[in-house]
This record gives sequence, C-alpha cells and structure tokens, in this order.
Amino acid sequence: MRIALFVTCLNDALFPQAGIATVALLERLGHTVAFPAAQSCCGQMHANTGYAAPARQLERLTEAAFAGHDVIVSPSGSCVAHLRAHTALPAYELSELLVDVLGVTDVGATFPHRVTYHPTCHGLRALRLGDRPATLLRAVKGLDLIDLPEPEQCCGFGGTFALKNAAVSGAMLADKIANAESTGAEYLAAADNSCLAHIGGGLARHPRAPKPIHYAEILAATGALS
Amino acid sequence: MAVMPFAVAAERELADGQLRANLGRATRTIRDKRARVVAEVADWEPMRDRAAAVKDEVLDNLAELLARFEAAAVAAGAVVHHAQDAAHANAIVTGLVQGQRAESVVKIKSMATQEIGLNEALEAAGITPIETDLAELIVQLADDTPSHILVPAIHYNRSQIRELFARRMPGFTATSDEPAVLAGAAREYLRRTFLAAKVAVCGANFAIAETGSLVIVESEGNGRMCLTLPETLIAVVGVEKLLPRFADLGDFLRLLPRSSTGERMNPYTSIFTGVTPGDGPQRLHIVLLDNGRTQVAQDPVGRAALRCIRCSACLNVCPVYERAGGHAYGSVYPGPIGAILSPQLTGQDAGFNKTLPYASTLCGACYDVCPVKINIPEILVHLRQTGPKPVAERAAMSTLSWVMRDRRRWRAALRAARSGSAPLRLIARRHGGTLRRAPWPLSAWTAHRDAPLPAAESFRDWWRRTHEQS
Repeated sequence: MRIALFVTCLNDALFPQAGIATVALLERLGHTVAFPAAQSCCGQMHANTGYAAPARQLERLTEAAFAGHDVIVSPSGSCVAHLRAHTALPAYELSELLVDVLGVTDVGATFPHRVTYHPTCHGLRALRLGDRPATLLRAVKGLDLIDLPEPEQCCGFGGTFALKNAAVSGAMLADKIANAESTGAEYLAAADNSCLAHIGGGLARHPRAPKPIHYAEILAATGALS
Repeated sequence: MAVMPFAVAAERELADGQLRANLGRATRTIRDKRARVVAEVADWEPMRDRAAAVKDEVLDNLAELLARFEAAAVAAGAVVHHAQDAAHANAIVTGLVQGQRAESVVKIKSMATQEIGLNEALEAAGITPIETDLAELIVQLADDTPSHILVPAIHYNRSQIRELFARRMPGFTATSDEPAVLAGAAREYLRRTFLAAKVAVCGANFAIAETGSLVIVESEGNGRMCLTLPETLIAVVGVEKLLPRFADLGDFLRLLPRSSTGERMNPYTSIFTGVTPGDGPQRLHIVLLDNGRTQVAQDPVGRAALRCIRCSACLNVCPVYERAGGHAYGSVYPGPIGAILSPQLTGQDAGFNKTLPYASTLCGACYDVCPVKINIPEILVHLRQTGPKPVAERAAMSTLSWVMRDRRRWRAALRAARSGSAPLRLIARRHGGTLRRAPWPLSAWTAHRDAPLPAAESFRDWWRRTHEQS
C-alpha cells in the first residue's frame, strides 16, 4: 500500500527518530511511504493556544499538501485528532493504521526490554485508541509490557499549559514520573512526542527512571537498544 | 479576594500540602465511586444524549418555556419574579425577607444564591443567612468560601472540622472527629434554627415548565426541613434550570446522583408545586435569575455550558482541579465547568476570567464524564480563540505560522534552529541530550523539566538524504 506520512512539525524539528522509525516499520512491512514536502504543522498548536485564523491556514495547507493521498499516517495521536476534527483528510494514528487498515498486530519487531506505556489523552479520549498500542507492543519479541499505574491521568503537558501553568503542570508531571518509576521499566513509551518531550524532560532528572521512547521506535526495532 | 491570575493562585494553593492531600484523597474516592456506579447502567450513553437534547431544547425555546413555567407556577399559587442580574435578584430577595420582618433566613445549598452573593447582600441589610447544608455550614463558620460545587468543604479534613466546630459552634463539646459525631452536633445546632425560622431560601435543581414545579435534590434532609417548616419560601432559580416536561425529569434524576456523589439514587428529592393551604410554606416566591444566561445562550459554541446540572463530575476527574483546588479559580464555579462558565457569565476580560480558559491541558476527562455531554475542551478552545491574548504571544504565533506556511521558510528555520542550538547540544550532552536550564521565557519549561533540543538532522533532511537522492 502507498501510505503518506504526516511526520508533524514537532517530530520534524525535534524528534525525527519517530518519523524515521515509522518509515522503517512500514517499509519493512512491504509498503511504500510518501513524504509530501509541502507539509509542516496541522494547526493544532495555534488552534489550542487561541489563534483560530493561523490554525485554519495551516489546516488548509495540510489538506493541500496531502491532496490525492488515500491513506495518511502520523506518529502523533494529538495531531491526528486535530486533523480529524478540522479537515477531511483520511488520517490515521500509527496503531490505527496497523491494526485497523493493515490488519497487523505482530509487526515482527524485537525489543528485549521492560516497557511501560502511557496512553496520552488524545490517543485515549479523542481517538479512542483503546488497546491497539498495547496489542502491538505485546507482540514484540522479548518485550515485557508493565502496566503503568493511573494510566488515564494526564501528564500535565497540554501545549502552552506547560508554560502558562508551570506549577500545576510540574505537579502533574511529578505524579506521572512517580508512577513510571514504580513500574521498574527501562522505557516509558507513548504515541505522542509532545507529551514525551514533557515527561522525558522530567524523567531526565531522575537517574533510575525509565527513558522516554516513541512506541514507533519500539515497533521498528529489531534488537536491543544500548 | 485579590484578583490574581489562575496560575499564581494555583501555585499558592499547591504549596499547601494538607490541602493537596485532602483534595487528592477526596476526588479520587468520588471519581472511583462514580465510575463504578455509572458502569452499572447499560443505557448510560443514550441517556446522556437524551439529557443533552432536552437541555438544548430548553436553550432553543427559553422565552417560551419560561412563560409556560411562570403561568403554571402562578396558577398553583406561587409568585414569580424576574431578575436581570445579581443586584436585581438580591434586591428582590432582601425586600421579600424584610416584608416578613425576619431577622434571619435558613438556606438550602444553592449555587445560584452564591453566584449572586446573596448572603453578603442579606448581611448588608442586617439579615443573618444560615446555611443548613453541613459542608456549607462548615465553610460559613470558617468565614471561608466553598472550593467545590457539590462538596464545598472538600478542602477540609475531619480533624480540621472538629477544631472549627469547637471554636465557632455554640454548645459544641465533642472531642471525637468521627463523621457521625460531627454531623450529630451540626444537626442539634441546626434543629433549633429550623424550628425558629420564618423564611427559607433555596435554589432549584430543575424547574418543570409543564407543571410549574421546582425540584430540589439533596442528601442530608436539611432541605426538606427548609422546604416544609418556614411559612415563606424564596427560590432563586437560574433560567437554564428549566425542563420542558415532567417526564424529562426521570433521566436527570438517574444521571445526577451517579455523576455527583456516586450514589445510585438521591436520598432526599423534593418536588413541590405552588402553595397548598395548611401544608408547608404558605408563601412561595420564585426569582427567575438571568444574570448573563440569555446572552450566553446566543453563542452557538459556548451555550452548551448552560446544559450544566452542577453535578461536579468534571471537577472530580480534573487533574488541574485536583492539584489547584477550587479557590484558585476565583469564582463560585470552580473546575472545568467554572473555567467555561465564569468567563461567559461575567466577561472574558474580568480578573481571573482571562486566565481560566487556559487552566486546562485539554485532556478531555471532563467531557467523558459530563452527564449532559458538554464538550468542555471545545468550549475552552473557543474561549481562548475569542478572548484577550498577550501581545508578544500573538506576534510569536503569527511569525511561526508565517514560517510554517512555506516549505522553504520552514526548512530554513529548521536548519537555523539546528545550527543556532549547536553550542547548547554540547552542554546538553552531559544530561543525555536535554537542556537543564534555559533563559526566559523557556525557563518556565526548564523550571520543571529538561528541554529537548533541535535534532542534529531534521526529518525532512533525513528523508531527502535517504529517499530522494540516488
């Protein structure tokens, strides 16, 4: 299948590994990936911060960039949720594409590590991803999936909330980190690098805490990480 | 209370460890209980849809339904008043109490009377309002303000309440802080008050247009006392409390207790219509309160906030409310519903209201539990888009979207960010690639977590190198 990748502005600039992993995974499964270069941002950041007009411009730009593509995938639950609410694009979050469209739950990955999974709010409540990501992770060879306590609790990122309400955001983060640490996992995986930038930035200050990783990187992996 | 933006007030409240412990324990208990009893109801989702539709029908036909309610209530012996705003409503109620030559009134817990500041208005007129709901009584005795819609004293634990009663409640001698002992003491104290009261003031959970009936849902029986003992009853009722038909009530009486207290059925549900000679209050005044509501009903997105039945489920699941507490919202309506209701009712530019739409991560937990399906995150975003914004932020967001709208500018910006941050990458290497301390304004980020740095190679440069060059 020919699949167009919406990598998202955040992954493009800060976390290219999530995009690279998505490409590697889909190519390994025998699909052709396209990357329309006119894409940048879906408009979510502008819309949610209160800037409707620039958000609409970016939504239209994204629609134009992906015109003619029948299947679009993105390694970001919140960006897919935004596209679904504000454009007519056939956009799928990675686990939706794999499980619902491609019908695959074992993607042939190997990742011999203890992993806990944080279901981000947009994945959980806007997209209703349900157990799709966990199903994919459980099929990964060598992977030990450990339940995260209070998984449905928001990590406290919330876009500009992390700056505008830094203290409350920090308090929510502290609880998320304590829950992540209690699992004894080596990695904390999630489907959104925006949340992971926030959680990972906190985990970096706890030497024995799990390391943040986008779950696309786990699904693309074929062996242990150092 | 001084006017402070939400973030400052929340930070102050966060520093109170006792408050955080009280709130965390209480909200977790209620939300777990709610989740259990909601899961028992097979038709919960269709019921939410029906309830939302009924409330929308009310908002679509507000004037007509108000007229129908008034006609039915008057026919049953009530006197109906219309109050445009808080001052108007307070003047009406104060006048009615003075007309009865009463020096005090007993009150049933009512958000509408809090919204208009009725207690303060009565006190200014020399009338003592006595709250008879246990938690409201606690807050009143403490000269405090409620911090939760349904559990106004949620920020107190029982030993704090015992200590307060010992200081402020005449005749209190108990040394135990067992809930039954504390409630028993309050009951003794209130019983004397009920028997002497000439006037009671209440709100209403629902007002039935078809029959002119008012419905009050409470758990302690204090409401039943107020509704039956005093000769004069004054109800202050927000106009959005209407339900068109008596038959609509059933769904709401199933939705409300499970959503609010996590109970399957409400303990004391009073439905009363007009005046019955020789039985209960002989004078019933109903003050229909607008106070901004008809204007909110004009906003196609924001109006859904008026569906609210004040259950508080959104407060109990909100991670921001749980940490910040109700006082941080600077309004009688705290939590997610307060963040969309207060700015709409009292103006987006006013005090706390400016910052309330931002007091949310948009996590969506509130929308999931709302029994009348108010899309709170959508309305928060709507209020952000229509409300005032900082000049510097506006400029930054506009520049960013200009850069993002053109692929050459975007690629150049990614490269500039990469080379500009190269020295930082050297420093960050020590911490595994993240930045521990950043200058203002990013210091707000690094105060709580490390910051990521631009990647050494952007995704699009990687793609071009690996997929476009042969």
